[in-house]
Amino acid sequence: MATLTLENVKKSFGKTDVIHGVSVDVQDGEFIVIVGPSGCGKSTLLRMVAGLEAVSSGDIQIGGRRVNDVEPMDRDIAMVFQNYALYPHMSVFDNMAYGLKIAKVPKPEIEERVRQAAKLLQLEPYLTRKPRELSGGQRQRVAMGRAIVRKPAVFLFDEPLSNLDAKLRVQMRLEIKALQRALGVTALYVTHDQVEAMTMADRMIVMNGGVADQIGAPLDVYANPATEFVAGFIGSPPTNFIDGAAVGQSGGHRVGVRPEHMQLVGAGAGRLDGRAAYCEALGAETLVHVKSATGTQITVRQDAGHPIPEEGSEVGMDWDRENEMPFNAEGKRL
Amino acid sequence: MAERSGMVEKRGLGLWLTHLGLIIGVLFIFFPIWLAFVASTVENQDIIRPPMPVWPGDQMIENYTNALVAGINAPVALMLFNSLVMALGIALGKIAISLLSAFAIVYFRFPFRQTFFWLIFLTLMLPVEVRIVPTYEVVANFGMLNSYSGLILPLVASATATFLFRQFFLTVPDELAEAARVDGARPMQFFFDILLPMSRTNIAALFVILFIYGWNQYLWPLLITTDPEMNTIVMGIKQMFPSGDDFAHWPTIMATSILAMVPPVIVVVGMQKLFIRGLVESEK
Repeated sequence: MATLTLENVKKSFGKTDVIHGVSVDVQDGEFIVIVGPSGCGKSTLLRMVAGLEAVSSGDIQIGGRRVNDVEPMDRDIAMVFQNYALYPHMSVFDNMAYGLKIAKVPKPEIEERVRQAAKLLQLEPYLTRKPRELSGGQRQRVAMGRAIVRKPAVFLFDEPLSNLDAKLRVQMRLEIKALQRALGVTALYVTHDQVEAMTMADRMIVMNGGVADQIGAPLDVYANPATEFVAGFIGSPPTNFIDGAAVGQSGGHRVGVRPEHMQLVGAGAGRLDGRAAYCEALGAETLVHVKSATGTQITVRQDAGHPIPEEGSEVGMDWDRENEMPFNAEGKRL
Repeated sequence: MAERSGMVEKRGLGLWLTHLGLIIGVLFIFFPIWLAFVASTVENQDIIRPPMPVWPGDQMIENYTNALVAGINAPVALMLFNSLVMALGIALGKIAISLLSAFAIVYFRFPFRQTFFWLIFLTLMLPVEVRIVPTYEVVANFGMLNSYSGLILPLVASATATFLFRQFFLTVPDELAEAARVDGARPMQFFFDILLPMSRTNIAALFVILFIYGWNQYLWPLLITTDPEMNTIVMGIKQMFPSGDDFAHWPTIMATSILAMVPPVIVVVGMQKLFIRGLVESEK
């Protein structure tokens, strides 16, 4: 258990800069999710914390100790990999015990720690099996177990759920979060799935093109996105972006409005007119996709009770001024 | 159509024909071996005086005992042992060296890594026969003529095996090496604890191939062993042929030939399962 500090951490491969300086202070026991599209540098950032990539400049501190030049095993971290990276020829028990064996932990203690982790993860019946005899979810658990037995100060997760099916993903998401709370370990979790980020994070780091666009609690980030990118990336369906001039926003270059903040009104009665392109009725809610007069795609989310417009019909859209999120030409929030 | 009604019958006939073809093929290949076996069980006169017998005689035990214990230049038992040392030495040495060099080439970044790989790869084009004269010179200068090290060492470096292991290592996911690093494994611990057990089927397949390669070496042992005590069995057979007007003792020579065939057969049959698994499947 420890704090984790990144101070203006940069990474470049040759002449290409992939991470342009990220700074964050992670509290002890905090669950931080790094989220962003593929290629934004989120995995590279995690791998630098793990010690699998060298830091080009800046400092990484774990528990107040600078670890830039410390080997991965001496950083007091444990990592769960995307494809689990279990040793195929070892049993589940040996997979979990390998790190401890290398650290020359006495045999009875290894036994004890592995049994404990196995119990926590409901892996007890499978301890003698080989990874290939396990299902995806079980392998995922073994990978977690391997991390737990080391009793690390920081857990690192590199898209651990992306190889699971949708249902299992939701289940494991809850389990990982519960486990992290129970163990009280600081965690850094990388994902491209904004739902995972929203549901698991104490705070999240939204990365875009090697820059941390915004760092904050999920709901704060959702309500107050700092950049146009964050507004578009966090939230599903994504934020609508409307030309500022078209809706009388003097300062804003573009204006973002969340789909749930928009209402459909009669044509001409709202602040913007368009033609309903198609509607997705999802039961509890309906997503109405509208093509505005200027050609912008706009999504309106409305509750099930409201009438669903005919596809191809003219509609108007209205929203409160206070829900507008104006952005300047560089995509920064005004 | 008329043929269609006879479909089942036709397939039956096809099956028989296929088997007949295969059986004839097997007999064709097997016949010389059978003749060698027959020749190893009769007396010398029976072979020299035509027609040569086609069924085994009653001299089997005498001929084989004579070959194993006395031989012609050296006891065949000794030659078998020499061959075994050489074949095992070459097979195990080649595997050890190529595992290590493939490990270095795949997992370590050092200057001229690619150059070294291509240098190793180039030697694929230089079989023993091509470099035999300079190799002989080197071995002779080291005083390794008529010795096991002379028989084994020059044949140990292997581009083929290095290449094979390199290809296998490249298919092992990088994350496995990274997981081992996070677990605290040093490079050699990773090699012994993870890479080696994962390559065991490849190693078995390669062992079979290399054992037979080593066992069947002819030219190299012929060149550097002048002492009959150091002869290997495959070249030893040739040395048993008489020079000039001497009579060849064919039953002994044939018994030696049969004996020379036995160990490779045992290795192939014994390791068949592993061998095939190593060639067709990779476990990840």
